[in-house]
Amino acid sequence: MSERYSALALARHALTGAPWRRAWRRADPRPHYDVVIVGGGGHGLATAYYLAKNHRVTRVAVLERAVIGSGNVGRNTTLVRSNYLLDGNTQFFEHSLRLWEGLSHELNFNVMLSQRGQVVLAHGPAQLDVLARKGNIMRLNGIDAELLDRGEVQRLLPYLDFSAQSRFPIHGGLLQRRAGTVRHDAVAWGYARAASALGVDIIENCEVTGFLRDGDRVTGVETTRGRIGADRTAISVAGHTSQVAALAGLRVPVESHLLQAFVTEPIKPFVDHVISFGAELFYISQSDKGGLVFGGHIDGFNNYTQRGQFPKVQTVAECAVALIPSISRLRLLRHWAGIQDMTPDGSPFIGRTPLRDLYLNGGWCYQGFKATPATGWCFAHTLAHGTEHPLIGHFSLERFLDGNGHDEYGHGNWTYRQ
Amino acid sequence: MMKIPCPHCGVRDENEFQCGGTAHLARPALDASDREWGEYLYFRDNPKGSHRERWRHAYGCGRWFNVVRDTLTHEISAVYPITETPAR
Repeated sequence: MSERYSALALARHALTGAPWRRAWRRADPRPHYDVVIVGGGGHGLATAYYLAKNHRVTRVAVLERAVIGSGNVGRNTTLVRSNYLLDGNTQFFEHSLRLWEGLSHELNFNVMLSQRGQVVLAHGPAQLDVLARKGNIMRLNGIDAELLDRGEVQRLLPYLDFSAQSRFPIHGGLLQRRAGTVRHDAVAWGYARAASALGVDIIENCEVTGFLRDGDRVTGVETTRGRIGADRTAISVAGHTSQVAALAGLRVPVESHLLQAFVTEPIKPFVDHVISFGAELFYISQSDKGGLVFGGHIDGFNNYTQRGQFPKVQTVAECAVALIPSISRLRLLRHWAGIQDMTPDGSPFIGRTPLRDLYLNGGWCYQGFKATPATGWCFAHTLAHGTEHPLIGHFSLERFLDGNGHDEYGHGNWTYRQ
Repeated sequence: MMKIPCPHCGVRDENEFQCGGTAHLARPALDASDREWGEYLYFRDNPKGSHRERWRHAYGCGRWFNVVRDTLTHEISAVYPITETPAR
């Protein structure tokens, strides 16, 4: 068992110099589990935690090819928010934000949630109308949203380009005060520690190489550390969903694309909110260390390299300067890339598959990180009961075959190519 | 920065081009089932490795062509006309 973290524990360790215990057990695979989760990212670890916590399913293994948290849970820009338009998305992401709000206490691990507020900008009257509609939908669902006019945005964010020469004049914005940032590594570690304390085995350096089959039923996995049987098997490996699903003979509606994120040299507190540009896909916030953290669009072609291409660096830098001209002399400290599942309608799939006892969670596009707690919550329910949680009914894999796409952006097939 | 050999204009920088996604997707017949249509529109092999895809020289000659590119290394191993469908 791990020890409880508190101010008292901190003082005790400081005074005695006693080393802290490992946050989670180093587990070896057992021959059989109730549930085996493939993928030790944020989603997989959260699913394991809620299986143990909410459903008392504790014979659970999380199998991770490398070390936990080495994938997309640590490769995002750490934003959490629930300003979604489509019925289904609105409620799901709000459930996620509510779980974020209690997560540090729930896990006894400080995930450093900072509800600094997010402003989505409108650069024309039509865009502001869309934001007004979105804000109304949010408020009807009990979610906080405030529509700002140009003057209100200027008072809140005076450093944006409000000059007469502005390339994309700001007409207003939509503010969600409860949105903000989270320390992403702490999410993986916090869920891992809490799940491990409830009996979940977290098995690192264990790559799944195949699925065990009994007719159309999946009965476990072949791994680099031997054969592991399971009553139910879950795949949660966004970025490589196609590869792992193919091991089970499944084809999924996914293209893998690369998304880059950037951080500048640290400066004094300047950007107090999360800001989303409305003229391009661009979003910026400031880290606790002072670096400006921002990201943009995917690179635009199938990609597994986890290494960004220069043209997108240039586009993103142009967005940054168009929005906040005063940062043009800042140097980029580093940038990184993650591989994400892009689906045709921009929404994920969570739930059952055509194979019995095999469950799939993937296709998260740009929104996997903020969804982590709600995915864990709903996927755990699905695994425990064998039927989808009501909040994820519209995220079925079948929707692509019966014409029920869930298209938040309203752009149609393969959203990001339009 | 990738260098892409346009069959008409020669080798140019990647940002002159636009990727049009997986090549050689066969459109099913009009009487196809919903499942066949769904699979044609949405389901992809998404290989980690050699990928046959369409590119357009958007800021050049504007023409489409096919490329075989490795999605893990960006190495381009073949370029051929848009009208050609080589055997697998």
